[in-house]
Amino acid sequence: MTAPDAPKTASRFTPARLFSSYGALVAIGLVALVLLVWAPGSLSAFRLGNLGKYCAWAIAAVGIGLAWGRGGMLVMGQGVFFGIGGYAMAMHMKLEAAGPGGVPDFMTLYGNGTMPGWWEPFRSGPFTLAVIVLGPAIVSFILGYGILKRRVKGAYFAILTQALAVAFATLLISTIKQTGGFNGLNTFSTFFGQNLYDPQVKENIYLITAGLLVFFLVVVWQLYRSRYGELLVATRDAEERVRFLGYDPANIKLVAFVAAAVMASVGGAMFVPIAGIISPSNVDAAASIMLLAGVALGGRSSLLGPALGALAVGYGQSALSEKYPTQWTYFQGALFILVMLFLPAGIASIWPKLKALVPTKRSASPGGVGIEAEVEADAGAVAPV
Amino acid sequence: MTASFLGQDYLEIRDLTVDFDGFKAVNSVDLTFLQGRLHFLIGPNGAGKTTVVDALTGLVHGTGRAEFRGRDLLGMKSHKIVRLGVGRTFQTATVFEQLSVLQNLDIAAGLHRRAGSLLLARGKTPAKVEEALETIGLTTLANRPAGVLAHGQRQWLEVGMLLVQDASVMFLDETVAGMSTEEREETGELLQRIAGDRTIVIIEHDMEFMRRYADFVTVLHAGTVLAEGTVAEIQADPQVQTVYLGTVTEVAADA
Repeated sequence: MTAPDAPKTASRFTPARLFSSYGALVAIGLVALVLLVWAPGSLSAFRLGNLGKYCAWAIAAVGIGLAWGRGGMLVMGQGVFFGIGGYAMAMHMKLEAAGPGGVPDFMTLYGNGTMPGWWEPFRSGPFTLAVIVLGPAIVSFILGYGILKRRVKGAYFAILTQALAVAFATLLISTIKQTGGFNGLNTFSTFFGQNLYDPQVKENIYLITAGLLVFFLVVVWQLYRSRYGELLVATRDAEERVRFLGYDPANIKLVAFVAAAVMASVGGAMFVPIAGIISPSNVDAAASIMLLAGVALGGRSSLLGPALGALAVGYGQSALSEKYPTQWTYFQGALFILVMLFLPAGIASIWPKLKALVPTKRSASPGGVGIEAEVEADAGAVAPV
Repeated sequence: MTASFLGQDYLEIRDLTVDFDGFKAVNSVDLTFLQGRLHFLIGPNGAGKTTVVDALTGLVHGTGRAEFRGRDLLGMKSHKIVRLGVGRTFQTATVFEQLSVLQNLDIAAGLHRRAGSLLLARGKTPAKVEEALETIGLTTLANRPAGVLAHGQRQWLEVGMLLVQDASVMFLDETVAGMSTEEREETGELLQRIAGDRTIVIIEHDMEFMRRYADFVTVLHAGTVLAEGTVAEIQADPQVQTVYLGTVTEVAADA
């Protein structure tokens, strides 16, 4: 209707847009280079182990970025899924340490030395791996189906998921004979038959964890550029409108919720051989919020923000807690508040904002990188929690 | 739209009642929306126009029957109704502001895609989307975020989204409200262009717009059908004049 004689090429993908899509892939490549090549060659075994731990959190954070940043679901209970993966892995390693037919040490300590039947299948490595992936998928599908089909959203969704994390931790603490209770599961000796005290094995575990982080980054990169990614953002911003386009928004959100749960579980599973422990304090409400803090800091709706934010928060936790062991939690709380107040879309939003201040040729052209980035940056700010 | 549907696609509503805790917002309404004409629903505020559409699109619960292609729309879920080919817009245009015009249309065009194909990025722009961009005149703005569109352009984008989702029944809720005179004209022509084999129902307060473009008019008042017919018939109806048209045309003349 307006200016019908203008060129029609506008509706096609411009080279700039293609570049911005693959540019993200280059950025993931850089992260991979640092984590998989530079870090193992330059860091001490201790530091590398710490970095591995942050990578495990970052895997969970990537999922939170998907569910919260793009899907608008403030998942405050990802500790539950982190815990499912973590405990499944820990049970398998505990049984490895106990030897064939053996019973984990804490069961003789706190109980009568008999093992509950549901522990038995975790002797099998493949079964454990299947539980790490399928367990959270099934649990989150059932939970998500119930919650999302009833159109629970916003603060109610957040409180519900947070309550699950509290309930999960309470359940673990109250079942000391089956799960190790407050102490959790620790003292492992091997990881799928490999000696955990061997530096090479430690490095390999680190490499697997960092590799999984890169893998999940590529997965969400593809999700974000896919039609599903666009639909998810659309659902986040105008759920009712999506319903009147013939989609059931609950199903769209459910996919993101389940994917986020699986990522949290994989992160939890890799956390265990690196940290050497999983306990209720790694999966409770506070742990879930720590995961969120990293995502918020990095920029929840950006591709790399959640992962880099989680790595930074993990590093900050180690560095500051070495100097101020008791005050770290205050730092963390203050950080979360400051980010939410002054930088709601996270650090990832600084760059596009700076770029917007300096008008360039590229950002002035419609459909160019500038507008894309602007939209990206604002996306987080507009999203309701 | 296959040829066999031509002239036979209609929406038949019988005894539609919407009860809000004892208050009957729509009371035993019979309506038939036929293909190929611009059917206007008019009536004073609170007449039940939007409520009728809400009931037909699954937003509120209604009783009675609303048959389209052999299915009763009442009791169906909103997204299933859309999949059957009944689409709608809302009084305030809601487009996805963060996404581009093209992405908005592409999402709307996607309801019949297989779930698996959603995991892939869009390759080239689907022909259907390209065509709709042309029809609604937003081709040059395809890559701009929908948030920057002017009010009228947003409404056209909404119409475009109905076009690509193959809606053969379109409910348009006060589409020209707040539009400039030229925008109204362009909208009217756009609707006439696309009416063809579609059933288009327009809720409207703008009497001038209605007079100019309506093929058929239904006047609702207090939840019931007051009168039906062509513009001339409606204008001649003394009941309509006392209840509705007189007052509103006066208001419109003042504005």
